[in-house]
Amino acid sequence: MIRPDADTLLEIVDLQARVEDKPILKGVNLTIKAGEIHAVMGRNGSGKSTLSKVLAGHPAYTVTGGSVLYRGANLLDLEPEQRARLGLFLGFQYPVEIPGVSNLEFLRVSTNARRGEKGEEELDTFAFEDLVRERLQVVQMDPAFLERSVNEGFSGGEKKRNEILQMALLDPLVAILDETDSGLDIDALRIVAGGVNHLASPDNATLLITHYQRLLDVITPDYVHVMAGGRILRTGGKELALELEDRGYDWVDQELAVLEVA
Amino acid sequence: MVAAMSNSASNSAAVAASSWVTTFLERLPAPAGELEAVQWRGREALSRQPLPTRRQEDWRFTDLAPLTALTPALAPAGEQGSWPEPAAGAVRLWLDAPGDPLAGQSLPAGISLLGADEVQQALGHTLAACNCEQHWPVELNQASAPRVLALRVSAVVAPILELVSQAAGDGVMRPVRVLLLLEEKASLEVLQVQLGSGSSLTSLVIEAHLGRESTLRHGLLALGESPACFLGHLAVEQEPRSLLESVWASHGWALSRFEPRVVQVDGEATTSLKALQLADGQQLADTHSRVEFRGPEGQLDQLHKAIADDRGRSVFNGAVKVPRAAQRTNASQLSRNLLLSNQARIDTKPELEIVADDVRCAHGATVSRLQTDELFYLQSRGLSAAVAAGLLKRGFCEEVLRALPAAAAAWRPLQRLLGEA
Repeated sequence: MIRPDADTLLEIVDLQARVEDKPILKGVNLTIKAGEIHAVMGRNGSGKSTLSKVLAGHPAYTVTGGSVLYRGANLLDLEPEQRARLGLFLGFQYPVEIPGVSNLEFLRVSTNARRGEKGEEELDTFAFEDLVRERLQVVQMDPAFLERSVNEGFSGGEKKRNEILQMALLDPLVAILDETDSGLDIDALRIVAGGVNHLASPDNATLLITHYQRLLDVITPDYVHVMAGGRILRTGGKELALELEDRGYDWVDQELAVLEVA
Repeated sequence: MVAAMSNSASNSAAVAASSWVTTFLERLPAPAGELEAVQWRGREALSRQPLPTRRQEDWRFTDLAPLTALTPALAPAGEQGSWPEPAAGAVRLWLDAPGDPLAGQSLPAGISLLGADEVQQALGHTLAACNCEQHWPVELNQASAPRVLALRVSAVVAPILELVSQAAGDGVMRPVRVLLLLEEKASLEVLQVQLGSGSSLTSLVIEAHLGRESTLRHGLLALGESPACFLGHLAVEQEPRSLLESVWASHGWALSRFEPRVVQVDGEATTSLKALQLADGQQLADTHSRVEFRGPEGQLDQLHKAIADDRGRSVFNGAVKVPRAAQRTNASQLSRNLLLSNQARIDTKPELEIVADDVRCAHGATVSRLQTDELFYLQSRGLSAAVAAGLLKRGFCEEVLRALPAAAAAWRPLQRLLGEA
């Protein structure tokens, strides 16, 4: 939902970043306002996932230029956990398995970290169980997964549902979903997309990172950005995604080649 | 010149080692009681066998300095510490009680005490079968242990038997000796808790004979406070179709060395060994295990985990012997280690000796730091780096701790191991 008077939540200006000695992001510009759903598309290696990790604060990436304002404050100064507590959420492409750590306990500790930041009361074990059982319905997840270790032995679809469950509990202002659709069959995709749609509100924003149109069939973006060579090459409405689906990425490569010569 | 110097250094070390043994023997009371003969033999052996040195392959990584810094004398009967109540369904025996540890206790149905003659016949049998009756830590125990808890298990025993012993105070030695004979189809679950503090030495020797189709679940929780030291030895003979599940966790000792030795006398048995050892500060935690298959179709599942932090050092040596008679053995051994500081050290070594040709023996070892991606995942959910690291360490420990007998929960092993209690 595009509203001209909505608050700006995230403002990325000329963002540049590298991993080890390799520059990946070469000047990304993107502004996200409350209520909006953005999709970033692009080939493998275009920098999409790097953008999501840099925003969340992954230590392997070094920001070499530009700025990111999150609700007016410098996001890049904050530790990953502070970003999360302030309402920035990253749904992982490959959620990490953590043997021996109970999913329920993990969800409780993280939920309370976010609640504390919002000035809300921490939830004890019992109150949290009530909350989590209610939120499980958003992703139609079996409560048995709460008793298991974080993501351990989960199928691809179960891991992604667990990500959306975390999103439902953490109530983020900006949710970045990195290829949440990858590895999902069509039923799981509907459930996950249904969860994302359910959680979208006029007060928050979603940044979807994806290869495929099929996710955008079930979550309608307000903006579609095409990324290539570490930059956003073109921005349009949802029809841009359809055009990509139709024409493939070759024209993007050509535009990029022209740009890099210039 | 250099050779001469190192010679004289090792000579003086040898002198120090032999004088430690001499002093130790001098401080022992005269042999007496039910184990008098064993004590005589043990002392005789020790007087001829100085401390192990790092020139012996088995002790290469194990610096005994924390042990030789102690001047232990046999502890009198102990005083109970502020221990948790035994868990529901557990029967606790306090092994250091004045007089008879069984006084006022009735043993659970299916367990009976061995008579003196039976003890004399059975004691040391399994040690000999495991080829370790002359092993130094065993002789140390034999020289000093005033008594043995010797039990026959003749049925499926429902309650968990909890054996607690504590070495508290300076210059104290607490030798504990246990003998378990499990008859055919019998089953027993034991939790042994060994606590040590001050400049004390704990010496533990357990022998267990598992008859056909019997089951022994043995948990050992060895919780020390440096400079206390711990030397433990578990010798098990398994008859066919018996099951041994041994789980041990140790933390806090200046020096701990645990040596499980298992022999499957005719193969066809199942052995599961799980261990967790933590070494921080300047602690040394050492496990030397040996499993020997003397017949076909035996199974082994072994997981050894260690965390070394600060200047701590962890040693694991896991020997598995599969002679020609042990065809169709299926053994797996995994050593997983977390190295949390630049000055900590991990030595891990599988030692597989396989002669039989139709066997499956898998082994692996990993040494790593906490995984960046795991830490980042937790941090991206609002957990601070310290909390995330703590959670990952807990997760690493839990895999072993949850295999301990249920009665262990009362001792809050995770909190103790991670220094949260």
